[in-house]
Amino acid sequence: MEYYLQLIVNGLVVGSIYSLVALGFVIIYKATKVVNFAQGEMVMVGAYICFALTVQMGLPFLVSFLMTLIFSVVLGLCIERVILRPLIGEPIISVIMVTVGLSTVLKSLVQLFWGTQIRVFPPVLPSEPIWVAGVPIAPIYIAAFVLSGLLFAVFSIFFKYSRTGIAMRATAMDQQAAQSMGIGVKNIFALSWCIAAVVSSIGGIILGNINGINAQLGHLGLKVFPAVILGGLDSLLGAALGGLIIGVLENVADGFMQQVFSLPGFKEVAAYVVLVIILMIRPYGLFGTREIERV
Amino acid sequence: MNHPAMDLLKIENLEVVYNDVILVLKGLSLRAQQGRITALLGPNGAGKSTTLKAVSGLIRTEDGEITEGAIRYLDQPIHRTLPERIVRLGIFQVMEGRRVFEDLNVEENLRCGGFTRPSSEFPASLERVYAYFPRLQERRKQLAGYLSGGEQQMLAIGRALMAKPKLLLLDEPSLGLAPLLVEEIFTIVQRVNAEEGMTILLVEQNARAALSISHHGYILENGRIVMDGSSTSLLNNPDVQEFYLGLGHGGEKRSYRDVKHYRRRKRWLG
Repeated sequence: MEYYLQLIVNGLVVGSIYSLVALGFVIIYKATKVVNFAQGEMVMVGAYICFALTVQMGLPFLVSFLMTLIFSVVLGLCIERVILRPLIGEPIISVIMVTVGLSTVLKSLVQLFWGTQIRVFPPVLPSEPIWVAGVPIAPIYIAAFVLSGLLFAVFSIFFKYSRTGIAMRATAMDQQAAQSMGIGVKNIFALSWCIAAVVSSIGGIILGNINGINAQLGHLGLKVFPAVILGGLDSLLGAALGGLIIGVLENVADGFMQQVFSLPGFKEVAAYVVLVIILMIRPYGLFGTREIERV
Repeated sequence: MNHPAMDLLKIENLEVVYNDVILVLKGLSLRAQQGRITALLGPNGAGKSTTLKAVSGLIRTEDGEITEGAIRYLDQPIHRTLPERIVRLGIFQVMEGRRVFEDLNVEENLRCGGFTRPSSEFPASLERVYAYFPRLQERRKQLAGYLSGGEQQMLAIGRALMAKPKLLLLDEPSLGLAPLLVEEIFTIVQRVNAEEGMTILLVEQNARAALSISHHGYILENGRIVMDGSSTSLLNNPDVQEFYLGLGHGGEKRSYRDVKHYRRRKRWLG
């Protein structure tokens, strides 16, 4: 039993990171209807920048954490300005293909600067586990979970109550009508890419602190697809729950397969099994809008 | 009322081309006087909506381009200005088909309308809109998608009032509404004009309703203005009566059988 509890806790932590990355994904999709295939690479870039600042330049972690966030904002702005704005008015599929290209470019840049071997962050939090309900949990896991929850709360409030947040939702629904109200659609797009880059970076930094980082970190972006499709492509709540469910499910399923059938490696496919099932029975996800376009 | 003769908006010789080939407006000129309601009437495809979109700048989002002529607002040329700037200058277009944000509630829709105004104005503006449209206040937490057509049109106009424009462009507010609702909406438009002194450029297919509240009217066919005059003179013009109000020469209702004379008997060049 304790074995499974431990798996569930691990799943929740990994899942909360999926949720964060899914959050960025959903924000971009909601505002611009673009499916961003470079989301995972944005996670990786954030993690490497923070690594470079902390380890290679020797800055205190908190400083480099904040600087990474600033860098992410700039990265989001650059991506929007240089790559996406020239494509306004082009078919959405062209933009999606460009994000595929962007993912390769970002990955190559990271390999160019930092190579392909695994890099390890210096421990930020004490490694002494904290006991919760009889299960030992590393403090970094708790920090990851709390931070994700906090970010979700912040963004939920932002979208529900702030004028800019409401304007972003309006733009997602009807760009021309939003424009007729003086909402600068280009600014909204830029903002959504910034937010996506920032939450991805935070996800990357947390992940780097848990597992270390390498150039394969970008594959996380693919894991996020099952999460957002499960939750619904255009739902923030869906992103949060979808991420958690996928995280728990893949850990528990993996543990179960190993224990009962001694089959290793089920973790890698569990999420996609869920993806296929979801697409068959409820293609708009748990909380998604029914008529939305599916990818 | 203060400056009855001042033109808030002047369109001169406007030519608009869609997709580089389709000439929609062919040298259109019109003026909207400060504090007045100006009606722009005409059949389907005449270019009424295009005219409004050219003024609000939204035409750029549809691959339309102003190739000739000028649009002056407060004597400044605005035909090269971005739509979000134009809203800040005080021109607000209520688009055809209402275009409310269906998954936002009434109040959130109104907040979007006031996007260009400082947040501190919001409560007072909201009060004002609810005073014109008490029904919106009753439904303020409801999703706009679940409102009736009339309520959606009220919301669309309310959204415009939130922006406190100097010039309101109304595109077919009667579209798809029952006659009683049309009357209600037009009465409110008239009140807004009288009480706020807001200049209104009104595009309509419902010529009778439009001319009954407007001061001046233009008739647009095939991308050109073919006739203009005070609303009373248009209402009494035999051609307008025949082609737009469905009345015969003596003012009696026309039989459908006579409609085939339409093309032949038109006295202006379309």
